[in-house]
Amino acid sequence: MTTALDTDSDPKDRFISAFEVNHGQTLNGTSASISKQREDAIEHFAELGIPTNDLELWKYTNIAKIIDRPYTLPLGAEPPSVDESDIAPFLIDDMNAHRVVLVNGRVDESLSDIGELPSGVVVSSLAQAGDEHPDVVEEHYGRYADYEDDAMTALNTAFVQDGAFAYVPSGTIVEKPIFFLHITASDEDLFLQPRHLFVVEDGAIAKIVEAQHALTDAQTFTNTVGEAFVGERGNLDHYLFQDEGHSASQVHTRAAQQKDNSVYSTQAVTYTGEVIRNNATVEADGTFCESNLFGLVIGKDDMHVDNHTRMDHVQPDCNSNELYKHVLNDESTAVFNGKVYVARGSQRIDAYQQNDTLVMDNDAQIYTKPELEIYADDVECSHGATTGQVDEEGVFYLRSRGISERQARILMLQAFSEEVLSELGIDAFRDHVTELVRDRFATYV
Amino acid sequence: MALLEIENLHAGVEDEDIKILNGVDLTLDTGQLHAIMGPNGSGKSTLAAVLAGREEYEVLEGEILFQGEDLLELEPEERAEEGIFLAFQYPVELPGVSMTNFLKEAVNSVREARGQDELSSADFLKYMREKASLVDIDADLTKRSVNEGFSGGEKKRNEIFQLAMLQPKLAILDETDSGLDIDALQNVSNGVNKLWNEERGFLVITHYERILQYITPDRVHVMLDGEIVHSGDQELAHKLEEKGYDWIREEAAAAAA
Repeated sequence: MTTALDTDSDPKDRFISAFEVNHGQTLNGTSASISKQREDAIEHFAELGIPTNDLELWKYTNIAKIIDRPYTLPLGAEPPSVDESDIAPFLIDDMNAHRVVLVNGRVDESLSDIGELPSGVVVSSLAQAGDEHPDVVEEHYGRYADYEDDAMTALNTAFVQDGAFAYVPSGTIVEKPIFFLHITASDEDLFLQPRHLFVVEDGAIAKIVEAQHALTDAQTFTNTVGEAFVGERGNLDHYLFQDEGHSASQVHTRAAQQKDNSVYSTQAVTYTGEVIRNNATVEADGTFCESNLFGLVIGKDDMHVDNHTRMDHVQPDCNSNELYKHVLNDESTAVFNGKVYVARGSQRIDAYQQNDTLVMDNDAQIYTKPELEIYADDVECSHGATTGQVDEEGVFYLRSRGISERQARILMLQAFSEEVLSELGIDAFRDHVTELVRDRFATYV
Repeated sequence: MALLEIENLHAGVEDEDIKILNGVDLTLDTGQLHAIMGPNGSGKSTLAAVLAGREEYEVLEGEILFQGEDLLELEPEERAEEGIFLAFQYPVELPGVSMTNFLKEAVNSVREARGQDELSSADFLKYMREKASLVDIDADLTKRSVNEGFSGGEKKRNEIFQLAMLQPKLAILDETDSGLDIDALQNVSNGVNKLWNEERGFLVITHYERILQYITPDRVHVMLDGEIVHSGDQELAHKLEEKGYDWIREEAAAAAA
């Protein structure tokens, strides 16, 4: 079943009326564990409305304009048929992973290849997890992403149906990466709202890779919310590769909470898309946490990529490390807004934030804004931003050693992105992304 | 045929309408090592930059023949392929470019241009270890990014290491001795002596005579105001060290008058 959004009304009202129409039926069929906050969420969405440029947090990204298109909401619809050969180009050679394929936000079991998991580990769809592991889902679902103050999270929460789920119980190590391959496939212009939940309990270790690709040129908008929890002494690497093509826009929200002595590392590599807004929020709700947030944006044409991060230090003795890099070609635009918040009493915090941009073209633009909000007095927080062009002195140095100018420029761009890509802790995935990035750079020079 | 023939070379900075070289003449044969000395601002480093093909310098007059061919027609990378190597006065830090990848790209591109096969990864590593040991540099440097976080001495030694790797026909050392302590100076000098052979010429640009205590040049040239005003043997270098450049300046002025 699908609902066409009524473009005669105001975009906000379209969603509210779509909610009212479907609330009694389709949305009710979803697992109770993830349905409880629906009504609350739609009320918050009704209050907040779709974000506009008047809001400081949305100053440089006009998402309202993109949302105001005649999308169809696929609610309860069967996904279109996608077969193995369709997804073959997106599989990562040499990455031996537990693979889950989601088509239009819903898990497609026939395309998935989860393989054997360690005892107690669950990798499934969120809807299935809601039915089979309601205790885990209810303990964590809706706790980390803020549906009360964030309109897009509220909208996602109101319409939640399915998404990715991973659960790693205490003390368990998942050696192979868990790979969620997100595919959009439709002839219609879709508005999708997948919802993901990743729970890594005390002392557990996992690596999660998400890749977003499209099999369609139809205009799509994906409003993703993913929540992650990392228990005491736990360790979660969480990587995202965004490559949905030029007609796909999205708001992607990642919200994580970590406990004492845990490590959470996340990285988003943005490769293609129309308008992309990434929100990465980490709450270090424990002492001696390490949080790493990395991002790489490879802009081309008129791509618009906005990375907002929020690092909340609410406990003492933690460190966080943020590095976002942009290489902007053509008329692409990037926004980086990173906020570090240190609560009263959160002493001995070491927070580092850096944003570096190479502007390759006169028409490319970067808006960068680091923010610190600190209420403790014994902390070390630093932030910096650089914007510039490829170092010509470096290019000449390479050429003077016999390397062609073209190759020298590619090497310089690769070197620039290497600092971020080297943080991808899965060799096969890192090599795969590095090669794609390198291919792109070869078209720049 | 000389390895390098510079004839009446005039050059300046393109954008700023500044003239720096005012008619340089120099001939260097294969197997020879010439030193160019001179005070700050005399044009020594500009000459090195023009030879390596730095684009911000414009040649206004004169010519440079390398093995009889017009050098000024060539791009910097083509000059490297033909066999010119410049040891930079200020080697560039390239964070994210690993020494090994950089050297492999460079060595294989000059090998290809010289009609040699690319080295396999194993052969390349062996070759790199040999050359590192020849010029006595710490092999750990090859595991780092190019020049990143290297000390001043390590950067200069790394230039000599690259020289050893690329096997040029003409090596130009642009104040490679500047800022070195005695150990690094000896190390760099030893490297040059080991790499100096019948098939290779050296142009050693220096501010001080001290490196010439370890390396014996065939000729010493003095550069003043963009011209070579005096040439001699190693004795000239000692004399400059003792007396400075004023007497040369006076002599040049007298000759001009």
